[in-house]
Amino acid sequence: MRIGLFVPCYVDAFEPEVGIATLELLERFGLDVEYPFDQTCCGQPMTNTGCHAEAAATEALFVKNFSGFDYVVAPSGSCVHQVREHLTAIPQTDEVKAVRSKTFELVEFLHDVMKIEELPWAAFPHRVAYHSNCNALRGIGHARPSELNRPYFSKPLNLLKKVKGIEIVDLARPDECCGFGGTFSVFEPAVSAKMGYDKVTDQARAGADYVVSADSSCLMHQKGCAERLGVPLKYIHIAQVLNGAAA
Amino acid sequence: MSEELQSREREGVIHPEVRARSDESERGPDGQRLQHAEAASKPIRADAPREPQPRGAKVKGNRPIDQAEAAERFLAAPLHQKAHDERLWDVRKKRDTAAHGIPEWEELREIASQIKAHTLTHLDTYLEQFEAAAKANGVHVHWAEDGAAHNRIVLDILQKHGAKSLVKSKSMLTEECGFRHFMAANGIDIIETDLGERIQQLDDEEPSHVVMPAVHKTRLDVADVFARTLGTDPDNDDAHYLAESQRETTRPLILKADAGLTGCNFAIAETGTVVTCTNEGNADLSGNVPPLQIHSIGIEKIVPKVEHLGVFIRLLSRSALGSPITQYTSHFRGPRPGTEMHMVLVDNGRSERLGMEEFWTSLKCIRCGACMNTCPVYRRSGGLSYGATYSGPIGLIIDPTFNKRKYSTLPFSSTMNGSCTNVCPVKINIHEQIFAWRKVLAEEHQIPLLKQGMMKAAGAVLSRPAAYRAAIGAADSALRVLPRFAVYNPANTWGKKREMPHAPRQSFHAWYRQNRMNKDGQS
Amino acid sequence: MSAREAIFARLKANRPAGDYPLPAVPDFAPLVGDDLVAEFAERLARMGGRVERAGSPADPFAPVRSRLAGAAVIASAVPEFTGNRDLRAAQRPQDMADVDVAIVRARFGVAETGSVLFTQDDLIVNAVAYLAQHLIVLLDPADLLTNIQAAYRRPEFGRSAYAVLHTGPSATADIEGVLIHGAQGVRSLTVLLLQRKIQAA
Repeated sequence: MRIGLFVPCYVDAFEPEVGIATLELLERFGLDVEYPFDQTCCGQPMTNTGCHAEAAATEALFVKNFSGFDYVVAPSGSCVHQVREHLTAIPQTDEVKAVRSKTFELVEFLHDVMKIEELPWAAFPHRVAYHSNCNALRGIGHARPSELNRPYFSKPLNLLKKVKGIEIVDLARPDECCGFGGTFSVFEPAVSAKMGYDKVTDQARAGADYVVSADSSCLMHQKGCAERLGVPLKYIHIAQVLNGAAA
Repeated sequence: MSEELQSREREGVIHPEVRARSDESERGPDGQRLQHAEAASKPIRADAPREPQPRGAKVKGNRPIDQAEAAERFLAAPLHQKAHDERLWDVRKKRDTAAHGIPEWEELREIASQIKAHTLTHLDTYLEQFEAAAKANGVHVHWAEDGAAHNRIVLDILQKHGAKSLVKSKSMLTEECGFRHFMAANGIDIIETDLGERIQQLDDEEPSHVVMPAVHKTRLDVADVFARTLGTDPDNDDAHYLAESQRETTRPLILKADAGLTGCNFAIAETGTVVTCTNEGNADLSGNVPPLQIHSIGIEKIVPKVEHLGVFIRLLSRSALGSPITQYTSHFRGPRPGTEMHMVLVDNGRSERLGMEEFWTSLKCIRCGACMNTCPVYRRSGGLSYGATYSGPIGLIIDPTFNKRKYSTLPFSSTMNGSCTNVCPVKINIHEQIFAWRKVLAEEHQIPLLKQGMMKAAGAVLSRPAAYRAAIGAADSALRVLPRFAVYNPANTWGKKREMPHAPRQSFHAWYRQNRMNKDGQS
Repeated sequence: MSAREAIFARLKANRPAGDYPLPAVPDFAPLVGDDLVAEFAERLARMGGRVERAGSPADPFAPVRSRLAGAAVIASAVPEFTGNRDLRAAQRPQDMADVDVAIVRARFGVAETGSVLFTQDDLIVNAVAYLAQHLIVLLDPADLLTNIQAAYRRPEFGRSAYAVLHTGPSATADIEGVLIHGAQGVRSLTVLLLQRKIQAA
């Protein structure tokens, strides 16, 4: 199985360890992982701001880079949601449609496609608050959102439960948005930061040592808020935990 | 962690400091605190030094509303903001409990959504049916193309009867029409009879929430308003005292009123019935006490049959407040003997919205406010920050249909987290419509030039690998450059309230080149 | 063109494409047990009302005696109790302004919500149910329905000029979420379970 690894721009620039962990984790399962070297971004900053025309060239480049793989895997629910739901600024050729439908977020790829059963190398003996990125939760169906009267499930927690020693703590508002929201974080900084402060406060009060998420963007925002508040929480991507990061 | 703290957390409270020590709510026969109507499940009180109430958005004619600016002022009043957030989150939690108590909840939402879709796509047929039934019931039926026409029609009815005063129940439609201001200018005394709406009227402020108009005010604010306007004791902020003072001062006005007006939650086509849902009984007072009775109806409020109320009534109050039903569900169908009943059917942009392919389903809205209660942005910025009749998520997608320029900023006041869509009892895809509005507004150049220019520049860099690599090739410069397209901050809006991300030693790209590629550049 | 014609023209022109049939509404299983009286009482209590069983045949109003004893003006719409304000003689709704207690009979009750239904015929003067300080409602336990869906199959909604479901007393929590009864309407609502002497048609 040929896997195209998509490392979103945030991860590439700020959290290379997340990209490395994703690559190594996929390789642990014997997958043939390629990293198309000319990749940049999924186009989300532009489309989320309404600027679809401005996203078209970036979307075309994405498709060019990731065409022909059996699966495209990325450690970001938000970027995968963009590709799957909103990569529409360019003509929807069969090639484009194929790339969009084959793009998976890492957790759902491991959970639904690989159906992995164990992670013998992974141990994380810490108290962890899990943060659901909203696009991962409500956009691509990582878990049952608290609003819906449907049977409970959570793909990321199913995976984390296979990690030795991990203890998941409960948040007061488990799937409340942390306020990152892409360009929202810059254009509405006061509300965005307040949402982040509230999220960090909730995590700290729940007794967490670490916050784990499938999205580096939310983590970057929350980490920035925690540092400003002086809250000693640590933030780590789920790829790193599943790959056996010792913290 | 203490047991008390844990139990607080299970209840969703993140600002325990707004927990009141005393509990004044009514109790049931078993001594348990009652939680129906708009009641909080736990007492919440901003009991600290007086803090001036933050006011809403600065509305400057047709200029785009600066929601972010108003939100920042709301956040600068922490007592108000925390109480507002906790109160509405509490209502959201009550909604979850109510919804999760009904096995067929998600099916009900789907059926309600389909009934609305059917009715809206056959609105002419059902409106004709409604009109015929109402006329057969002895009701005078009027049609208004817009808010101004609605106001003129009502004024005309009042003048024909020599009516000088009108008591009314809460109606978002009349807010849309600027009804109160119009009537004041024409010498008609308007008395709001919903407590929250009355507070807002006396404070000369618009409602900040469709169900809880004064939810942004603390009891101290209400005490101030009532002391100023009703002559109550300014130092007495007891909620029972304040509510009772309002009852005692409003009752004579209800008894004296020449006319009564209600809004409409549902209009039944087959019977010509107007249904109102209230907790105070004020729609019933407005409809049953004065000698002249008027109902203002948005044309999208039609549902085909009485049996459909069996779906919508089950959804409405559970979604709005977490209570199984409002205290009063009232069905007005014909005039009382010797009196006149008028129904004014109002379009005010609805028929135009019906033609908007991506946005017509917003007409399904039953005004429950669930999307506001769950919205993390709304809870932290207050309803008045939107500077529009409809605030919160539903406002973001409805307001631009009234004025694309003035409300061009509102669809950006969202993180598009999608919780609003999940709580909507008629399954409006609210967050997807927010996304769609952004596209429409950008295409029609209703977003700031600066923003569009930034996105153009970002698109140019992100679509050219060489330019992108040049921009972030060295880890250092990533810190300087990345914000330009990802966290662009001409005034360092990121760094004012958050620490900047730390620069790693090298990018993933550089790591991959170093560790996974041979000298020929092959992986 | 009249406003009506203009609105209808736009509605026709702007009708969304696609087929949107009216869905059938399934008969959902009632969410109440077999003991409808107990379910009704429990739910009404949560909505701020209370339920009393009638006293002995000689004194069915015993459970609400203290409420009645404290009332100067009682308006009764039921044959079981004679008040001192004649509803049928009322000239105007405003004549009910000084009523302390109103006594009315409900057409039916709804166990799922704790609601009771009145029409204009039951109230005689609609306003009395809101202007009175307290409301006492007679309900025959045989008139209890399971749920709201069942309620909306009843004929009253199609033929009454006015029909209203009351679920507890007037309530507000518009000030800081503090629940207060008697916002504008009645301060209390008590349901007295008392069989009809003559079954309703």
